[in-house]
This record gives sequence, C-alpha cells and structure tokens, in this order.
Amino acid sequence: MIRVLAVVLLALAGAVPAGALEPGERLADPALEARAREIGKTLRCLVCQNQSIDDSDADLARDLRAVVRERLSAGETDRQVVAYVRDRYGDFVLLKPPFQPSTYALWAAPVVLFGLAALTVVVVLRRRRGAADVARLSAEEEARLARLLDDGRR
Amino acid sequence: MIPELGVFALAVAFVVTLVQSTVPLLGAARGDARLMAVGSAAATAQLLFIAVAFAILTLAYVRSDFSVANVAENSHTLKPLLYRITGVWGNHEGSMVLWVLILAAFGWTVAALGHNLPPSLKARVLAVQGIIGALFLAFILFTSNPFERIVPVPVEGRGLNPLLQDPGLAFHPPFLYLGYVGFSMAFAFAVAALIEGRVDPAWARWVRPWTLAAWCALTVGIALGSWWAYYELGWGGFWFWDPVENASFLPWLVGTALLHSAIVVEKRDALKTWTVLLAIITFGLSLLGTFLVRSGVLTSVHSFAVDPARGVFILGILILLLGGAFALYAARAPALKGGGLFAPVSREGALVLNNLLLCTAAAVVLVGTLYPLVLDAFGGGKVSVGPPFFNLTFVPIMVPTLLAVVVGAMLSWKRGDLAGVMGRLWLAAGAAGLVAVATLGLGGLRHALAALGFALAVWLVVGIAVDLAARLGLGTVGARDCLRRAAKLPRSAWGMAVAHAGLGVVVAGITASAHWQVEELRLLRPGETVALASYAVTFDGARQVRGPNYSAWEGRLVVRDGDRLVATLLPQKRFYPAEGQTTTEAAIHTTWLADIYVVLGKAEEGGAWSVRLYHNPLVPWIWVGAVVMALGGMLSLSDRRHRVGAPRRAARAGSEPSAAKA
Amino acid sequence: MRLRYVVPALVFAVLAAVFALYLHQVGSGGKNIAEVPSVFIERAAPPLALPPIEGMTGGLASADLGGRAVLVNVFASWCPPCRAEHPLLMRLAREGVLVYGINVKDKPADAKAFLAELGNPFARIGADRQGRAAIDWGVYGYPETFVVDRDSRIRYRHVGAITERDLETVIRPLLARLAR
Repeated sequence: MIRVLAVVLLALAGAVPAGALEPGERLADPALEARAREIGKTLRCLVCQNQSIDDSDADLARDLRAVVRERLSAGETDRQVVAYVRDRYGDFVLLKPPFQPSTYALWAAPVVLFGLAALTVVVVLRRRRGAADVARLSAEEEARLARLLDDGRR
Repeated sequence: MIPELGVFALAVAFVVTLVQSTVPLLGAARGDARLMAVGSAAATAQLLFIAVAFAILTLAYVRSDFSVANVAENSHTLKPLLYRITGVWGNHEGSMVLWVLILAAFGWTVAALGHNLPPSLKARVLAVQGIIGALFLAFILFTSNPFERIVPVPVEGRGLNPLLQDPGLAFHPPFLYLGYVGFSMAFAFAVAALIEGRVDPAWARWVRPWTLAAWCALTVGIALGSWWAYYELGWGGFWFWDPVENASFLPWLVGTALLHSAIVVEKRDALKTWTVLLAIITFGLSLLGTFLVRSGVLTSVHSFAVDPARGVFILGILILLLGGAFALYAARAPALKGGGLFAPVSREGALVLNNLLLCTAAAVVLVGTLYPLVLDAFGGGKVSVGPPFFNLTFVPIMVPTLLAVVVGAMLSWKRGDLAGVMGRLWLAAGAAGLVAVATLGLGGLRHALAALGFALAVWLVVGIAVDLAARLGLGTVGARDCLRRAAKLPRSAWGMAVAHAGLGVVVAGITASAHWQVEELRLLRPGETVALASYAVTFDGARQVRGPNYSAWEGRLVVRDGDRLVATLLPQKRFYPAEGQTTTEAAIHTTWLADIYVVLGKAEEGGAWSVRLYHNPLVPWIWVGAVVMALGGMLSLSDRRHRVGAPRRAARAGSEPSAAKA
Repeated sequence: MRLRYVVPALVFAVLAAVFALYLHQVGSGGKNIAEVPSVFIERAAPPLALPPIEGMTGGLASADLGGRAVLVNVFASWCPPCRAEHPLLMRLAREGVLVYGINVKDKPADAKAFLAELGNPFARIGADRQGRAAIDWGVYGYPETFVVDRDSRIRYRHVGAITERDLETVIRPLLARLAR
C-alpha cells in the first residue's frame, strides 16, 4: 500500500493528490522557474505526508510556491529563499535535514556505520584466513585442481 | 449470525495456536514423537480455521453486509465486485486477517512438506510459527476485530477510498505480505536452530527456499507498490523514501543479505551465527514495518485518529518475539561453531562484503526513517528526513555493492583469483567505461551521476554475460557443446545470473528516469499541440464520462511521432460521489524505451485544461527489472537441489567444485 | 568475546524503549505527532500591517499588539473547524479576553456573513487577502490560535480548532499568568 496509503491519509485530511504545480503559477523566466522548482523539491509541505511543496496540491503548498517565486523574482538567492521559509516554519520544512547539533548523529550515522562494516569485514576475513593459508597448494596441485575444475564444469 | 462464526473461527484458531506453540516444544524437549506430531495437526487446523474466517469476511464484503462495521466503513454496494473483494484487505482489520492467513499457510507448508526434516527441528519450527500466530490472532481478537457489528445497520456503506479502487490493491498487499510473512519461516528456523543448538548445511538448505520464495514475493510486492504509486498518484514518481516505503524496503535489503549468507552456510558451513542473526533481523524488520505503519507513530496527518492501544499491543508482540529471539541468540549463538575457513579474496569473502554493505545500507535507511521519531521522543525538535538525505547516503553504499556483485559471483570458493577474474572482466569494464564517457560527452559534467549509474548497469549486465559465456564455453567450444553445458548448468546458477542482470536493468531504469525525465506543464485549449521529447501531443479536449461508481472528465490526447500516430491517451479526473473524493487517472503509453505519461489537471476558463505531460525514459525498466530479479529467484528456487522436501542431508558441501556455483 | 552476541539484544532493547517512550508520550496526550511547533515561541511576534475586512473598521498592525496579553486567532469562513471553535472564542470575548483575528484568503462578503451568523468575538480583525501574513506567522493549518504577551512575544500556538479542554488546561491558565 505504501505510498497510496499515505495519500489516503492525506485525502482524509481534505487534500487531494495530483495536480501540484499549475501552469499559471510559473514564472516567465525559465531559469528562474527552474530554480524555483529545485527549491520547491527541498521544502516539505507541512500538511501533507512527506511530500515536497512542488508535489503537493495543498493550499499551503501553493502559497509557499508563490512565496518562493516572489522572492526569487525579487532577486534573492536560493539560500535566502530557503532561509525565509525556514525562519517561519522551522527545520521541519527542510527535506534535507540541516547539519546542526540535533542532527549530528543523523549525518554521522552513515559514516560510522560504514566504518563499522568495513572494520567487521577486515576482522572476519582475517580470522577466517588462518587455515586457508596453511592449506595453500603447491603449483603442481594448483594445476591438477584446475584440470579437475575444468572437468567438473563440463 | 455468520459474522459471529468468523469471530468464533478466529478464536478457535487462537486456541489451536496456543496448543501449537507449546505442545511440540514440550515434545521436542522430551523426545516424545506423539507430542511433536501435534504440531503438524495444529498447523493444519490453524490454517483451516483462519481460512474459514477469511472466507466469511470476504462473503460479508461480497454481499455488502453492512451490519459488520468493517464492511460498512470500507465498502459500498455500487463498488464493482473486484473491489468489494480486494476491499477485504484495503483496511487495517481485514489486512491483519490476510496477514495471519498467509502466516498459517506458510506454517502449514512445513507440516505438509517437511517429512524429511528432523522431527525435533520440525516440531520447534512449527511451535515458533504457532507463537507468532497466537500473538497476531490475539492482536486481531482484542484490538482489531473485523467482524464487529454495528447497530443500527446503515443502509449504505461509506465506500472504499477511490485510490484503493484499483487492480493494484488486488496484488500489491498480498505479495507484500507473502514477503513479510514468508520471512517468518527463516525466523522460525533460526529460533528452532538456536534451541536445538545446531546449524548445519542441511538447515541452510531448508531455510533457503523459503527465504528465496519470500524474497521473490517481496520484490514483486515492492515493485507493484512503486508502479501503482507511479500510475495512480499522477506525479510520475516511483519512489519517495517515505517512511512507509522504507518500512518495506528494510526487510528486502536484509533479506537479500540473508539469501546470500545462507548460501555460505549451505556450501561452506560457515557464517552460521551471522546467518541466524540475519534471519531474526529480517523478520524483525518486517514486524517493525507492521508496527510503524499500524501504530500511528509515523502518521502526520491531523484528522486521522489511531488507537494507541494497537501500537502498544504490536510493540508488545515485537518485544516478546524479537526480545526472546535476541536473548536466545545471546545465550546460544556462541555455542554454534563456525566451520570453513577461507581467504579474503574468495566467494565467501565477497559474500561477507555483500552482506555488510547491504546491512549498512539497511541501517542507514533505518536511522533516516526513525531519526525524526527518536529526536522528537527526546524533545529534540522536529526535523524531516527526506529524499535528499537518502539519495546522499544510500547511493554511495550501493556503488561498491553493485561493483562487487559481478566480481564476487565469479570468484571461486575458499580462495579466489582476483587478478584472473578482473582479467576476464576487461570487456565489461571497457563497456562500462565507454558508456560513462559517452554519457559525459553527450550530457556534460552535470550528468556525472547518470554516467556512473549507466556504467554500473552496463558493468552488471555485461559482466554477467561474460561470466555466463565463459561457463558455457562460448567461442571456445562448438555450439552443440555450448547447449549441452547450458543444459547442465544448475538452475540456481541461471537464477543468479538472471537476478543480477535484472538488478542491472533496474539501475539503468532508475538512472535514466531520474536524470532525463521531461515534464511539460501546459494550459491547453482543444486543438493545441505540445512538443514532448520527440513527440507531438495534441489535446482534443475533454468530455464527461460515467463509470460504475464515479463520474469523470476524460481528456483526449493524440501522440504523434512525425506523421505516425503513436497513441491516443485518455487521462481521467474522476469524482466518486459515495466517498466524495476526486482522483486523477494518468494515461500512460509505454514503449520499451520510455513512458509517455499524461495527467489531466484543472479546467480553466475558455475550455482550456491544465495538462501535465511527462516523458519518462527507461522508467518501465525499473519494474521489468524487478520482475526479472524475482524470476531469477524463482528459477533458482526451481533448482532441484533447493526443492522443498528434498534436502540432502549429506555433508558434501565444500567438496563440490565450481559446478555448484550458486 | 561473548559481548558481540549480546549486541543485537542491546540495540533492540534501546529501540524498543524509545518506541515505548514515544507511544507513552502520544498515548498520554502529551504529544501530538502531527504538530509542528512554532518557531516563534518566546520570540517577538512577526510584523503585521493588515487592513480591515472591506466594509469594516479596524485592521491589525504590530502596534496593536503589546501592552496587554491577547489571543490572536487565524481564521477563515471556508474552514469548517473555524466554525466549530467559534463559540469558544465568543465566550472568551464575553469574559473580557482580548481576541484579535487574522482573516485569511477570504472574500469580504463571506467573512462578514460568517461573523454575522456566528457573532464577532474579535476586537480587531486584519484581512490577509493573499495569505502572506499567515505565512509570516508560520501558519500551516486552519484555524490557529496564538497567545501574545504584553511584550508582543508569542507564548503559545495552537494548531486546529481549540477545544474546551485546550481552553481549560492550557489557554486560560496561560492568560491568567500573563495577566499578572
């Protein structure tokens, strides 16, 4: 059910999926509009379930899209526009969580987990190696094995 | 009267599971064959009674018996028969009945097909299945009774959410549950093995087919869900890193790791404790998904009231099952002696790498999914962890994983020859490099990620082809010999090649659709034409149409490629009066290379409509690739050496040369 | 070396404890999962300069805040929960609580009809035709109710219709404290 169920919940809240950005909302300048789309994809629609304002048809999402476009048209940078929205709605609107004390653990997790995994690989492989080295075959044995393997494949 | 029979059947099933979860355990401990045999009978009875309950619920839906609250809340007389039936599991209570039905069916297969399982292992596996069944039946009976009556009986039902009135509902949840619940078999075998204190290649040969079957079902289930969201929600997206999606992806990732580590247990008698742990964790993550989705802790919509009692109950089940299993693991796993040794560069070594990468990926997704909840629980404020986080962290872990797939599959057991394998892969490496350079050359540096994605896809597919060609002796022996070798190559080897190639297809599909999706958002008057990729799409206007339980505006768009008519697309915007809801039905034309995807938006003044058009290159490959992966799994499953009911107990593992590559 | 076999159990125990804590917080009503806290709590109320609803007098500006604790209610005629909570606002106004309104994205005629039908509890109303003031205040669900203290700082924000219980357990006690 996954996404569809999420949207069912959304529909229960009165919002209707699909639609999202309407043609009339767009800016005339394609470069500016493209920036607006990118920003829209990183801002979360607060009344929807895990949708960006770019994807959502909710009223709030439409208003925020308009705000983003207004501020871009006024010459603000992407960063300023995002900051404007964040100043009013908090960290929750950022789909990419900011790097700050409350999210250090989140951003560190992939690195730490990857390090742990790498360490485990090294430890496991070392421990397992032991006897395999002892059992190393002589060149003659290798050749014989290769012949056998070849036969085995046929 | 009949619905009460349904409750009665569930209650009887519950009592049966109580017997099933205790008596066989006692029998196994005492070595009493008669007590152990109770397990099989109980498993059969359990399936029977749950099937009766499920049939009664389905009957209530088919007959629109609105005296049953569940039916009244989720059905409607005007609903087509198909959606009345699928509506059974389109809600919390009904889907739980389907859940336990599938669980009982899996348990029954052990009873029915497990003749040559050691009796004590069989008894213990059935007992663990019984415990799981008992807990979930209790959950249904005490918190989520699907047969509850309402008085007065409403004249009409409230209907099913129109988004769920789709063939997707018929297949997606059942496949997903087959996957989730199928992993309970691996869990039951793991716990039984911990009780027995023995894990050997025979055990792995028993665990693998069920894990493989569950994995195939889950792969199909996730792909169906993604496809359903893609065509039903009208955004042209297929994966959103939504917590609910992640909940289904986690068991898939760890289940994939389990599938591979079980091979090592089977072939080399090594990685036993690790495999047992993975079996517990895989099912644990399935349960976690159930908890997250049904307890309401991840819901973020105001008006949706969730009964907190359910969350508490499922958490209790989680603690009993997983807490118990992990405690047992801590106590008994140290006694499981590890077997075969191997060099770092070997098939085993590659599978260890594969396992740890997959588990790291799963752990990262888990952390990202749960972080907002944990932070909030400790008063750390609200944050969102959305697609940007997962794309940034998950993708880098997948790159080495995909690179290793090809190499690992070509290394021999015990001690491999990396230089030799790499030497044989020059063609794949060259092809991948060429594709990367071509992509960069055509698209520039901003398509570096796309270049990487395509290179990986080509690396996978060509690498597997090279390996297969070498095994068949293509180019070195005659055609007849080749065919003979192809026939002799084990199905599991074919299965592996097919599944890995499917993965390559998925990677290509994701890469292309993520980087080259074309979106056109237009206000169109009838007769107007839009250019979309290489096509010209003409809007012919919209008209009103009627469905069985909805009315709709249907747009008509004609797609042409030059003078050639490609397709006529009829996207709809439906209104379901019974539910008072609107849905959009995208119209999609699929070529093998792309989807043309059209959504009808709002009507504007002067007969104009807002229309969204997408050209999604290679997007069908995502689902085709996933199905190919599942087919590969099934091919492997059909290998006679994996066939359920015919596990060879001979300890010949390790003595089989590379013909036994799997 | 036995320790590593205990690690999974420990990780699971921590996870289960967090879930239990969270379920407890939600179940006891102390936490609303859906609610996103306002960033303005304990901070100055964002600037306001709203005209009155067409055909009415008043309007709402920053200068109107401060000096006395006030309830600022963000409402609209098109919002059903606003209708539901309206009687409570009427009661508060009758009791002498100063209530201001921000009327969002409403047609003047609709807003006036809404107030004519249900009564007007607002001492001042600012018309936010574009909904920009609502965004400046971080409003995301309708209605929303803010408690602003005499120093123009926002002390509390409620999302959704206020209920009798919210009134008695949170809003009244807070207003009483602020009045001291």
